[in-house]
Amino acid sequence: MNAMVTGSEAEMPEIGYNFAYLDEQTKRMIRRAILKAIAIPGYQVPFAAREMPMPYGWGTGGVQVTAAVLGPDDVLKVIDQGADDTTNAVAIRGFFEKTARVATTTRTGEASVIQTRHRIPEQKLSEDQILVYQVPIPEPLRFLEPRETETRELHALAEYGLMHVKLYEDIARHGHIATTYAYPVEVAGRYVMDPSPIPKFDNPKMDDCPALQLFGAGREKRIYAIPPYTRVVSLDFEDHPFEVQHFAKPCAMCGARGVYLDEVILDDRGGRMFVCSDTDHCETRQAEGHHGEMWGGMLAEDAR
Amino acid sequence: MHMVCAITPVPTLPAAVPGPGFADPVFGAQAVFRAVMNALARPGRPAALVAGFTPPVPLTPEAAAVVLALCDHETPIWLDAPLAAVPEVAAFLRFHTGAPVVTDPAAARFALIADPMGMPDLAAFPTGTPDYPDASATLVLQVSGLADAGTDAVSLHLEGPGVKGAERIAAGPLPADLARRLAANRRLFPRGVDLILAAPGAVVGLPRSTLVREG
Repeated sequence: MNAMVTGSEAEMPEIGYNFAYLDEQTKRMIRRAILKAIAIPGYQVPFAAREMPMPYGWGTGGVQVTAAVLGPDDVLKVIDQGADDTTNAVAIRGFFEKTARVATTTRTGEASVIQTRHRIPEQKLSEDQILVYQVPIPEPLRFLEPRETETRELHALAEYGLMHVKLYEDIARHGHIATTYAYPVEVAGRYVMDPSPIPKFDNPKMDDCPALQLFGAGREKRIYAIPPYTRVVSLDFEDHPFEVQHFAKPCAMCGARGVYLDEVILDDRGGRMFVCSDTDHCETRQAEGHHGEMWGGMLAEDAR
Repeated sequence: MHMVCAITPVPTLPAAVPGPGFADPVFGAQAVFRAVMNALARPGRPAALVAGFTPPVPLTPEAAAVVLALCDHETPIWLDAPLAAVPEVAAFLRFHTGAPVVTDPAAARFALIADPMGMPDLAAFPTGTPDYPDASATLVLQVSGLADAGTDAVSLHLEGPGVKGAERIAAGPLPADLARRLAANRRLFPRGVDLILAAPGAVVGLPRSTLVREG
């Protein structure tokens, strides 16, 4: 692999870029923020996020965290809503192939660093992996209290009554907690944290996870972290315990149950199917011979 | 036309030119950062670290590598008495990092401690504020060994974020009352300082989030 950027010109990275795009002083600043984030689980560390060659909202925070962490021997996987083949994932993977020349993969098990937008892979992560989340709005209290000075104070005092009121109002209005994504969690018994807009289905995967989880919000200039084997509790009430989504049918392609499914519209007559949001998980299962109800149909249609 | 050249004195090198740092500053710093990150993410579990250069004594390669990987003009460094007594140490750090070297521990973001037995109280260093607990110091303590740590070794029992169940670590030389000091540091949470033990060939992280007792 590309151990060094010295040597023949063919091995040189894109001219004018440092390894992984960021300059070394920026990396040091981000690295120091990551270390403090790990030492204070769930606390949002301010950092001097840089302009990246992509617009805010396209994962600039995650990209900066990945760039600061990445080494020449890493294997990078990038997913967007669970898929390796969507625009955001392909663009970011291409960005690091070009600027860092690291190996990339779509296989969850082969990756050492996984940058994600809005999902946690279905396959259980290992101790040797780092999960980097792209975060749009890191402050869980932001829509309840718009002032940064106030939310900072609320975190300092561990005063999270507002969040419980919000969840209670869900129950009063809908009969259940209607929050389905970016579902607030309490990390290591102290900070309430926004897990980024992952479906609440993924929340239990954050608890006691063997992998290190890092969160980067570029526009909002915040980095936070969950160390491995840390208690992550989704907020709830005794009489309204936290629950994840359940799906009536298994994945139409691979037949998997207990995974998060995407709805795919098939025609304009109400036809639809539900398939794994995690494309690697679905493809791996199909290759292993697991098939859902639409699998044969899709093949027959391809043949036509 | 003849040029009259004034004879300029040959510039003489200062008495001690700082020795080299990382052979490759980009990948050297990245590897050391990953070791430190893994160490702080998994308190008590040693993370292998190879500096690949020799700083002036009594600064050890591992402690120097941590500072060279993480420090720059934004991070004032405090040196303990044995390190401050050797001007080459400060010169080496200034040359490679550009970081100011300060004498007031309360002004430091990083502290290098060659003699942990004589180190000041942890609260002498910045512990952050309730609003900004990250505005706190990281202390790098040089220890001579981890498992086989000699007479001044302390044995610590660790629990908390990053620790699966419980972890046990022995290291030295360290103050006999280190567990008590770390417990006091833990009581400040989320404020507090974070410790990195720099041993030959490895670093061990003791972040403020860890619950420490003797044992």
